[in-house]
Amino acid sequence: MTVLANSAGKGGRVEEGAIARDRNRFVAAATDASLTALIAFGLFLPLIGFETVQNINEVLVLRTRWPFLFSLVAIIGAGRLAYVLVVPPWLARRAARPIAAEPPAWRVAVARWFVPCAIGFVVAYPLMVAWALGLRGSLKWIDNFGIQILIYVMLGWGLNIVVGLAGLLDLGYVAFYAVGAYSYALLATHFGLAFWILLPLAGILASFWGILLGFPVLRLRGDYLAIVTLAFGEIIRMVLINWVALTNGYAGISGIPRPSFFGIPFNADDNGFAAVFGLPFSPIYRTIFLYYIIMALALLTCFVTVRLRRLPVGRAWEALREDEIACRSLGINTTNTKLTAFAMGAMFAGFAGSFFAARQSFISPESFTFLESATILSIVVLGGMGSQLGVAIAAIVMIGGTEITRQLDFLKEIFGPTFDPTQYRMLIVGFAMVVIMVWRPRGLITTRAPSVYLKVRKTIAADLVKEGRG
Amino acid sequence: MPLLVDTLLRVEHLTMRFGGLVAVDDLSFDVREGNITALIGPNGAGKTTVFNCITGFYKPSEGRLGLRHGKPAVWDALEPLTDSGARRRVHADGTLFLLERMPDYLVARQARVARTFQNIRLFPGMTALENLIVAQHNRLMLASGYTLLGVLGFPSYARAERAAMERARAWLDRIGLLARADDPAGALAYGAQRRLEIARAMCTQPVLLCLDEPAAGLNPRESAELNQLLRTIRDEDGVSVLLIEHDMSVVMEISDHVIVLDYGVKIADGAPETVRNDAKVIAAYLGLGDEEAKIEAEIGS
Amino acid sequence: MDYFVQQIINGVTLGSIYGLIAIGYTMVFGIIGMVNFAHGDVFMTSAFIALITFLILTTLFGITSIAVSLFIMLITAMLFTSLINWAIERIAYRPLRGSFRLAPLISAIGMSIFLSNFVQVSQGPLNKSIPPIVQGEFVLFRHASYPVTLSYKQVIIWGITAVLLAAFWFLVARTRLGRAQRACEQDQKMAALVGIDVDRTIAATFVIAAALAAVAGTMYVMYYGVVSFADGFVPGVKAFTAAVLGGIGSLPGAVVGGLLIGLIETLWSAYFSIDYKDVAAFSVLAITLIFLPQGLFGRPDVEKV
Repeated sequence: MTVLANSAGKGGRVEEGAIARDRNRFVAAATDASLTALIAFGLFLPLIGFETVQNINEVLVLRTRWPFLFSLVAIIGAGRLAYVLVVPPWLARRAARPIAAEPPAWRVAVARWFVPCAIGFVVAYPLMVAWALGLRGSLKWIDNFGIQILIYVMLGWGLNIVVGLAGLLDLGYVAFYAVGAYSYALLATHFGLAFWILLPLAGILASFWGILLGFPVLRLRGDYLAIVTLAFGEIIRMVLINWVALTNGYAGISGIPRPSFFGIPFNADDNGFAAVFGLPFSPIYRTIFLYYIIMALALLTCFVTVRLRRLPVGRAWEALREDEIACRSLGINTTNTKLTAFAMGAMFAGFAGSFFAARQSFISPESFTFLESATILSIVVLGGMGSQLGVAIAAIVMIGGTEITRQLDFLKEIFGPTFDPTQYRMLIVGFAMVVIMVWRPRGLITTRAPSVYLKVRKTIAADLVKEGRG
Repeated sequence: MPLLVDTLLRVEHLTMRFGGLVAVDDLSFDVREGNITALIGPNGAGKTTVFNCITGFYKPSEGRLGLRHGKPAVWDALEPLTDSGARRRVHADGTLFLLERMPDYLVARQARVARTFQNIRLFPGMTALENLIVAQHNRLMLASGYTLLGVLGFPSYARAERAAMERARAWLDRIGLLARADDPAGALAYGAQRRLEIARAMCTQPVLLCLDEPAAGLNPRESAELNQLLRTIRDEDGVSVLLIEHDMSVVMEISDHVIVLDYGVKIADGAPETVRNDAKVIAAYLGLGDEEAKIEAEIGS
Repeated sequence: MDYFVQQIINGVTLGSIYGLIAIGYTMVFGIIGMVNFAHGDVFMTSAFIALITFLILTTLFGITSIAVSLFIMLITAMLFTSLINWAIERIAYRPLRGSFRLAPLISAIGMSIFLSNFVQVSQGPLNKSIPPIVQGEFVLFRHASYPVTLSYKQVIIWGITAVLLAAFWFLVARTRLGRAQRACEQDQKMAALVGIDVDRTIAATFVIAAALAAVAGTMYVMYYGVVSFADGFVPGVKAFTAAVLGGIGSLPGAVVGGLLIGLIETLWSAYFSIDYKDVAAFSVLAITLIFLPQGLFGRPDVEKV
């Protein structure tokens, strides 16, 4: 169609040629789409075309779903047709457009004010929500969206030290999160120690485990390191499952004490938070308090990381990611440098873990599966490795997005009451990971800001920055 | 071979085997203080392997690599040190190191032997300035109280960082890259990257600088500039240089001493003039049957 | 002693299944240097396809011959799984070839999550069990009261694995495709320059990997008679362990590694603790990577300075 519009003024002959070309293009697109539909039919025939269900005698029988299969195939075919017809011309038009040399003024202003505004928003968020939706209605928004996202922002920032800065691929990060959570849960339930004492302790224990596990594996590179860390993560989880005497196995640990407001508990008693401050009792105060704890912890993580990047150790991490052999030729002890990155990342995971245990008041090995590690790693990679802002945005997109799928109850009215949108949550997450990687393999924010400069701070294009070989 | 008073590095009976392949066979030579020593030889002669042994990247199969800091008298400790099994011996007037016993990063940190690589190994995503700051890692690490004081923002670290910046700036100026200080190293031209890698090695404040084919890929003008730079490193900074080079114009012009390797064996050792007229050397180069080697040998003689 | 022999028989059976999956890991890693994280889930999907085929054959067509239904199950699972893995390579990995090195790994993890959840959503979260397809056993010998048996299904697994491995070995060692694969392993650019269609060779590798995983999946359904959507991850990691133990990139290594992992797991469960049997496999993985990263049959990786 665009070809047609562009050539309209150049005389009839050209126009006829354009129509013919357009028709050819349509035929090619239709062929492509039918082929795609055919492949989709093959892909989905066994698992969508047939459903295995247990009948009343608990024997597995088959049910067919032909209408569903064919409509899915039709949708895919139509989608492909639309894609082929629309996207390549659009890309061609975009490529033809000249690139502006200087970014427009509004973008510069946005870039400058974005971070302060975002921090302001995060600080004001629970109060705004509570004001807008009332105490009862805001609980879900502060807890599921606020706290949940901030936990992953913090974990993402923690793992960013290991993966983004030091270039060490860690697929078992959740193990340190688990160490933090179980440290808090066990020490708090057995010895009655307070949250504020156990928080740093959990961080120290997690970083101790980071060093312990890191030491033997750090000379491995790339994918191998990733797989060993995955193995360690799984081993720790299996020990948590099977060491029932300590961890209570699958049943988990419940009744974990929650943090108090500097000694004042959040309960309905006379000495509870609400009574002391003369407020009507509501569980929302605790949630708001927890929100500010995790916000402070996340900001601490960010602050320390930003600070470390400008110190020798942080520069050594980045140098390590760029070229390990060159680092050694400069007298940098790469083992220690890697271990500090591992320990530092583990420490923040430990903090986050103990917060998680305190918030949930119940933990079990189910919360520390490989899927969690994969989620955190994808937040880091999706955000753009090494970029604090990118990681935060990615955490909001990934965790916020999965939380939104929990809220899609209205779909039940369209697809009937048996439709459960939460089932599709991980399906969408998995597919989104693939799509985002194909779309932006280096993540959302790909440039690197230098840690020091002589005259001007220039951002460094992504293609120069190495991704680390482990 | 008697120990000369000005010997800085003494390589004795160095042998390096990879499986059945003997890359370096019973090689002995000295690098003298304040000299530019060239290690030359046809491709595959084992030159880079010698470098990797000296800088600790490979552990030699056999041999002894002694390096001295301070007064020549420390050489007296060579035999006792070898017998003691230790890595180094500290004296009142200097220190003696046995490099074959040290891991790569300690060779750079303690024995202060810096090196560059045949295929440039800069940190391409970091700026030229950052590259030079990373090279001063150990001093800065100490000043930052192993990070603790640095995180808290102690002034001692700020001072040390300013000094590091000053050194980096001076080196950028010397290699003509001051204007590119804030550009990523990976975006620099090839010749500039070579110079930056040398500057980075010099920022570790070495006593011995090992350069692996510094002139490779340079045009004649850049090559002449490199010669000048290496001379000032020798004369003004007082740093001894050991270099591997194929470009005979560089070797013959600047080196004080030339060692020729062929198939891992030393075939000549001496002043540039003596080496270039050595029959064995000419044979080694011509015997290759390789057009390039012929030309190289012709330029040499 | 009898108990031990029985465990060896069981271990070799389990090991054959791991070995078949491990070949997929090792081939893909060899050719594009990537850990195909979704391979375990491809195996699980193939088990579902085999199971559905079995139900179609028995309930819709009423086929009773075990040999015929096993054969059709095998072929169907191989065909459809190959198609699925071909599509995965095309959608999730090919666009990322030559790009940022972590991207394909993340993409593969995404694919793994997608596949297991796709099966969960489309077939439900419950374990799917079918009545035993093959029954009966040989009693090898009997001391006291403990019979050492070799069941028919174990014989079938051993037989099919051996035949397919031979066919596969022929494919890789003797055909044009195998040569192209080995060339791409060495140097993709060079291979393309001498006229090998690299894209097609890599696609073929994924297809073969999937076909072997489908054989493993069919055997799995036949042997255990039960499968669930979550059965991809752990067998996947164990098969990967087998590939690493054998030396990643080495095809005989993958088979030997698979047998070893099968034996280790069975013996560990039999003599130590069945609860910690997965810990044993993961520990073998960690220990191998740390102390013997080139595996039993792999080439050592010399650090280039």
